[in-house]
Amino acid sequence: MSDKIAMPGSVGPDGDRSTVPLGAATAVIEVARRPRRRPVRGWWRRSAALLVLPTAAALVLSACGSSSDGSASGGTDQAVVGLITKTDTNPFFVKMKEGAEKAATAKGVKLLTAAGKFDGDNAGQVTAIENMVASGARGILITPSDTKAIIPAIAKARAKGVLVIALDSPTDPQSAVDALFATDNFQAGVLIGEYAKGLTGGKSVKIAMLDLAPGIAVGTLRHNGFLSGFGAAEVSGTASEPASAASVVCSQDTQGDQAKGQAAMETCLQKDPGINLVYTINEPAALGAYTAIAAAGKENDVTIVSVDGGCTGVEAVKDGKIAATSQQYPLKMAQRGVDAVLSYATDGTKPSGYVDTGVTLITDKPVAGIDSENVEFGLDNCWG
Amino acid sequence: MASTKAAGAEIKLRNSVGSFAKNAPDLATLGPVIALVLAGLFFSIKSDRFLTGGNFSLILQQVMVVGTLAIGQTLIILTAGIDLSNGAIMALGNILITKLAVDAGLNPFLAIGLGLLACTAFGLLNGGLVTTIRLPPFIVTLGTLNIAFALTHIYSNEETISDLPAALTYLGKTFNVGQTEITYGSLLMIALFGIAWCILTQTSAGRHIYAVGDNPEGARLTGIRTRRVVLTVYAVAGFIYGIASLLLVSRTGVGDPNAGQTDNLDSITAVVLGGTSLFGGRGSVAGTLLGALIVGVIRNGLQLIGTKSIYQVLITGILVILAVAIDQLARRRKA
Repeated sequence: MSDKIAMPGSVGPDGDRSTVPLGAATAVIEVARRPRRRPVRGWWRRSAALLVLPTAAALVLSACGSSSDGSASGGTDQAVVGLITKTDTNPFFVKMKEGAEKAATAKGVKLLTAAGKFDGDNAGQVTAIENMVASGARGILITPSDTKAIIPAIAKARAKGVLVIALDSPTDPQSAVDALFATDNFQAGVLIGEYAKGLTGGKSVKIAMLDLAPGIAVGTLRHNGFLSGFGAAEVSGTASEPASAASVVCSQDTQGDQAKGQAAMETCLQKDPGINLVYTINEPAALGAYTAIAAAGKENDVTIVSVDGGCTGVEAVKDGKIAATSQQYPLKMAQRGVDAVLSYATDGTKPSGYVDTGVTLITDKPVAGIDSENVEFGLDNCWG
Repeated sequence: MASTKAAGAEIKLRNSVGSFAKNAPDLATLGPVIALVLAGLFFSIKSDRFLTGGNFSLILQQVMVVGTLAIGQTLIILTAGIDLSNGAIMALGNILITKLAVDAGLNPFLAIGLGLLACTAFGLLNGGLVTTIRLPPFIVTLGTLNIAFALTHIYSNEETISDLPAALTYLGKTFNVGQTEITYGSLLMIALFGIAWCILTQTSAGRHIYAVGDNPEGARLTGIRTRRVVLTVYAVAGFIYGIASLLLVSRTGVGDPNAGQTDNLDSITAVVLGGTSLFGGRGSVAGTLLGALIVGVIRNGLQLIGTKSIYQVLITGILVILAVAIDQLARRRKA
């Protein structure tokens, strides 16, 4: 199909057209001059049916897919809460949605969910907010894809009396929402920084940092937390720029993606083969880095630490690919969010400020003096 | 012998071109109209919040950006081309307008003018490459998609631009008809559809576009300057993308470098759902408006009745294949 589209002046299947320019010319003149009507042929009716029937089927199917809300239009007393995630596909958000669904079912709340088409799809999230306000949502839980760009839409929703809570990622400024339920990402970085320091025990280290992307707060906070916890740099949790340190020999952006994490690690090893400590923004990036390190035959010389606590990531800790990871709890964020909207709907109490949903260091190689939980705990509480 | 063959082909052609160009708009819009009405009925039954003026205004507001992009896309597809770059061009216009007005402190109207100019220039570049070097539109616009995307991110420095002057978001303002708030932007989109419809159906320029798309060689032989027609179409489409970028600014209230990444495919979806043939020469902008509305209504309706957003994607996919299948069926029957 695409090469058909690509051909300039493509005439489609009946290629003989272009070989009869005279006839074509007449035809074109006809187009310009003389309108002609033809009766509707039977196949048009058939194609209309072809279009209509599956559409109807799909609509019915989708209505069935909407779990427990058969009486969607009828329920007047039932509080409606919306959950808008960055994407539909990331296991982190899938777990978040699961948490919201559980809480909604338990509390008799109607849950609407929506997501952007890709990480960074602000327009998609704006549309979702509008539709949820239109469907009478009392509160909206959102993981903002673009922490600044979403603010005008949030302001409009709040002006209509809708409670808006940011989950996982703060808006910029944070005061644009009623409350933030999230992991302390700086603390998540500090935990693995302290752990790495305890593990390497004062030996000289060469650090590679596989970051998220420029200008994304989550990435900056974890990065700075790690350097602070490791003692490589004096940086506070409020710094908005990523800090640097002498022991960091390589910094690369990975977008939190496994393939990009691998490419970044390959580049770093090219730059300095002596790297022996790797910080990664999340576990997919860590696994990508591990592939590159193993390919270079250095898997016993390099320590990888990470953040997230997804089930795949905790398995990687169990297998020894990742030394330790800071586990966060998307399920808890969503459950608390639903509870908060429900109490707002019943008696008008609003949550405010920042609510820490906790973070735990997961490792099977504990270091004396540093609190951690083992892999079993991690697997019991993991997401994805 | 040769003349008999030519004559036979001529009759075949006359039938096909004549009936398509004249009847196709009415008939081809039948499917989308039915789909739209059906979806509307379904959601009205399922949700008491669907059938309200406010909700219709909301749907219009939500399709205004992709709808406007789809006007330019329709013009290009009618010439048997395709434009993959429109979302990226719009994102570039969106960043230019906002960054020039906010960071460079330019007069907002001058910033808008420069944004429109840049988008038109990109359209000209697409058209120039297609007509002079005769590169396939798919490849040309794949290239300019990446160029515009990169320029957007380089110029914006990955930063979202907020605190816009009021003039930039004017089109996002609303006025009341009875109880219903309507944004000026939705009106502008409908006006653009009206203008495009008039040009395509009432003027010789419009007929030239159909002729070039249906049979470029034939069109050339009747004295139509086909290259100029195609070049103009791409440039006008670029200008329309500029307007879309202004609509985007007014809708989101920020300059967003990540905007529009799937809008190229979304605009093609609207065009195809509206019954316009990807082989060129057949279709209408009225159909495109319907196509855009179908997507908007399904997205909004499914949200209102509380269905997961992924079902919207599922339904859109089914509809696209059906619409193209119908187009192919039409070609085989008539050709």
